[in-house]
Amino acid sequence: MQWRYHMRKIIDWSMSGAAMMATLCGLIPLILISMHLLRRGISSINLDFFTHMPQPVGEPGGGMANAIIGTCLMVGIATAIALPIGLLGGLYLSEFGERRTGAAVRFAADMLNGIPSIVIGIFVYGFVVVPLGHFSAMAGGIALSIIMMPMILRNTEEMLRLVPHALREAALALGIPYWKTLLRVVLVTARRGIVTGILLALARIAGETAPLLFTALGNQFWSLRLDQPMAALPLQIFTYAISPFEEWQQQAWSGALVLIGIVVILSLLSRWMVRVPQVKTDG
Amino acid sequence: MSADRILKWVTASFAMIVVVLLCGIGIMLLVKSWPAIHTFTWHFPLTRLWDPVQGAFGALPFIYGTVVSSLLALMMALPLGLGIAIFLVELCPDRLKGTIAFLVELLAAIPSVIYGLWGIFFLVPWLRETIEPWCIEHLGVVPLFEGPPYGIGMCAAGLVLAIMILPIIASISRDVLETVPNDQREAALALGATRWEMIRTAVLPYGRSGLFGACFLGLGRALGETMAVTMVIGNRPEISTSLFHPAATMASVVANEFTEATGELYLSALFGIGLVLLSITFLVNLGARWLVLSIGRLPQGT
Amino acid sequence: MDDHGQKLSTQHLQAWFGAHLALKEVSIDIPGNRVTAIIGPSGCGKSTLIRCMNRMHETIPSARAAGAVLLDGRSIYQQDPVQLRRQVGMIFQKPNPFPTMSIIDNVTAGLRLNGLRDRRRLEEIAAQCLQKAALWEEVKDKLRYPGAGLSGGQQQRLCIARALAVNPEVLLMDEPCSALDPISTSKIEELIHELRAHYTIVLVTHNMQQAARASDQTAFMYMGRLVECGETRQVFTTPKAQQTEDYITGRFG
Repeated sequence: MQWRYHMRKIIDWSMSGAAMMATLCGLIPLILISMHLLRRGISSINLDFFTHMPQPVGEPGGGMANAIIGTCLMVGIATAIALPIGLLGGLYLSEFGERRTGAAVRFAADMLNGIPSIVIGIFVYGFVVVPLGHFSAMAGGIALSIIMMPMILRNTEEMLRLVPHALREAALALGIPYWKTLLRVVLVTARRGIVTGILLALARIAGETAPLLFTALGNQFWSLRLDQPMAALPLQIFTYAISPFEEWQQQAWSGALVLIGIVVILSLLSRWMVRVPQVKTDG
Repeated sequence: MSADRILKWVTASFAMIVVVLLCGIGIMLLVKSWPAIHTFTWHFPLTRLWDPVQGAFGALPFIYGTVVSSLLALMMALPLGLGIAIFLVELCPDRLKGTIAFLVELLAAIPSVIYGLWGIFFLVPWLRETIEPWCIEHLGVVPLFEGPPYGIGMCAAGLVLAIMILPIIASISRDVLETVPNDQREAALALGATRWEMIRTAVLPYGRSGLFGACFLGLGRALGETMAVTMVIGNRPEISTSLFHPAATMASVVANEFTEATGELYLSALFGIGLVLLSITFLVNLGARWLVLSIGRLPQGT
Repeated sequence: MDDHGQKLSTQHLQAWFGAHLALKEVSIDIPGNRVTAIIGPSGCGKSTLIRCMNRMHETIPSARAAGAVLLDGRSIYQQDPVQLRRQVGMIFQKPNPFPTMSIIDNVTAGLRLNGLRDRRRLEEIAAQCLQKAALWEEVKDKLRYPGAGLSGGQQQRLCIARALAVNPEVLLMDEPCSALDPISTSKIEELIHELRAHYTIVLVTHNMQQAARASDQTAFMYMGRLVECGETRQVFTTPKAQQTEDYITGRFG
C-alpha cells in the first residue's frame, strides 16, 4: 500500500509538472516570434516606411504607405458593411430570436464563422470580381466584411443578453416604448462589450490575407480608387516574403512588425475595455 | 404598423443576410465548379494526378495534404492545449492567470501571414539544418522520415498549424473546464484523490464533450488555414509517406494557382477544390458546434 | 456504548477566508461511534468547522486555518491530506455523484484510485456498501446505469455508499438532507442511526428537529464561536447559554 501511495504522489507531481511544461512550451513560439519580429523588423522602421512608396527591386529604402492606406480603407469598407448587419442582427437575436428564425441565424453565423477565409475569397471573386470584370478594393472590403459579420453578430447578441431583464422592465414601466428602450437603454448599457467585440473583429480582419488574394489583388502603386486593385499590408508582406530579393524580405519583416503592432494595440484596447467592472449574471 | 414591429422586421431582415450569405456561398461554389463536376464526376476527389498543362485535375493530393497536415497539427496541439487549460484552471495561482490567458490570446491574434513569414525564415531553416538531418540519420529506416531534408514540407506545415491552433484549443478547453462544478472536484478530493486523480476522475470526464468540441474547432481552423501553410508546405501536388517531403493542401493550391488558372475547366477545378474544402470544414464545425453546445445539457444532479 | 474515547478533537481552531475570520478559537471533542450534531444559524461557521476536519477547507483559494485538529490524538496537519481523507470521509449538501460513471463505478471510485482492480472484489464491496447505505434493494438491477439517473435522495445515499467504500473511520456530513424531500430525509436519518455503530459521525444541520432526532451530542455555534456542546437531550432541554436557548426556542434573529 505504501508503495502504491508513493506511486500516486509521483504521478500527481509529474502530471502537474507536465501541465506547467505545456504552458511554457505554448509560450515559447510567442516569445520566439516576437523576438524575431523585433530584431529583423525594427531596423527599417522609420518615417519613410509610413510615408513612402515601395521601391523597385534593387533599390533600398522605400516604404509601404500605399499598403497601409489600402488596409485602412478596406477595413473601413468592411466595417461599414458588417457593423449595421452585426449590430441589428445581434439585436434581433437577443430580443426576438427565440423562434426558428433565430436558431437559423445563429446556426448560419456559427457556420459562416468557420468557413475558411480562402473560400470566402473565391466566393467574392465569383460574386463581385467576375461581374465587374476586374479586381477591386471594394471586392476586398466585401470579403473582409463577410468574415467580420458573424463575429460582431454573435458577440453583440451575447452582450445584449447580459443586460439584466429588470433594466428593460424599469424602462418599460416608465412608459418608454419597447423599441426606444432597446435602442436608448439596452444598446447603450451593453456598449462597452459590443465595442470590445468590434475591436477584436477589426484586429482579426486587419491581418487577413487569403480573402484579399483574388479580390483586392494588391498593387505596387498609389491608388485610392475603390474600383481598382489596391495594396494591403498583409498582401504586401506575403508578396515580399516569398520573393527572392533581400531588400524585399527586409521590407516584409518591417511590414509584419507594423501589422502586429496594429493587432496588439487593438487587442490591448479591447482588453482595457473589459477591465471595467461588468454586470454580474450568475446568482 | 407599430414602431416595435418595424424594429423587429428591420433587425430580422439584417439578421437574415447571414443566412442568405451562407447559402449563397454554397450555391456559388457549386455553380462555378459544375463544369469540373460534370467532367470528372466522383473521380475528381479520388484522382491522384494534378497536371493543369495536360488537363488532368485530381484533388486527392490536396485532400491528403490538408487532412494529414491538420491531423499532425492536432496531435501536437491537443496535449499541449489541454495541458495549458488544466494549468490555468486547476493549478495556476490567481495573479498569474490573467497574464498567461492574455499571452495565449495574443498567440491567437497573430495574423496567419506573420506565422508564414516566421516559418519561412526561422522554422524551415531550423528544420532543414537541425531536426530533419538528425531524424533522417537516426530514424531514416522509417518511411515517415525518409528523403532529403527540404525544410519546407508536411512537417513544417504541421508545426506551424499546431502553433496556430494551440491557443484555440487551450482557450476553449479552459472555458469548458471552468464550467465543471466545484462539487465534482470536492467529491473526488473527499474520497482521497490526489489533485491529478481529481482532474482525471471528476474534471475531464465531466467536460469531455466540450473538450471534443475544442478539438473539432481546432481541426476546423487547421483544415482551412491558408497563408502560413502555403508559405511553408512547398506546394507540390504529390502524396508521399515522408513528413519531410513537400506537399500541398486544398487551401494552398487555390491560393497559389487561382489567379493564374487559364481555361474554364482549370478554374472550375479550383472552385471544386474550394467546394470540397467547404464541405469538410462545414461538417467538422457542425460536429464542434453540437459538442460545445451539449456541455450545458449534462446531468446536474438535483 | 458509553465509554468511547475522543476520536476527533479541535483545539483553538481558527479558520480564515482571505481576511475574514470564520472560526474563532473553536475547541470541540468528538467522541467515537456517536453522532455529533452541529447546529447554528447560517454563516455561523459550522460547515467551515467540519471542512477543517478533513482539510477540505484549505482547497479553497485564499482559505487557511490555524490551531490543532487531532485524529486519534495525532495532528491531522502533520498527515498527508490525501491519506487523511480516506480516514475521514465527507458527504456534501448537494448530492454530487460523478455523472459520467455508472452506479457501481461511483461506489468504487475511491477504491479504484487506490489501485484495486479485481472486478469481483469491487463488486462485492460495492454491494456491501450499497446495502449499508440502504440503497441496494432499489438499484441492484441497474448497477451499470448512470448514477445521475437516480432521484435526489437515492443520489445522496449513493454518495454515502461511495464514501463508505474507502472504509473511513469518521463521516462528516454537511447538511446532507437540505436538498431532499421529507421521505428521503427520514431514510437518511435512519441510515445515520444505523451507521453510528461502526463510524464516528459529525452532522452539520440547520434543522434543529433533525439534530434532536439523530444525534447523541449537540454543539451550538454562533458567529464563528462554539457556544455550547453537550448531550443532545441536555442541550435541547436545559441549555446552559442564553444564546442557545434563544436559538432553540426560535427567539432568534
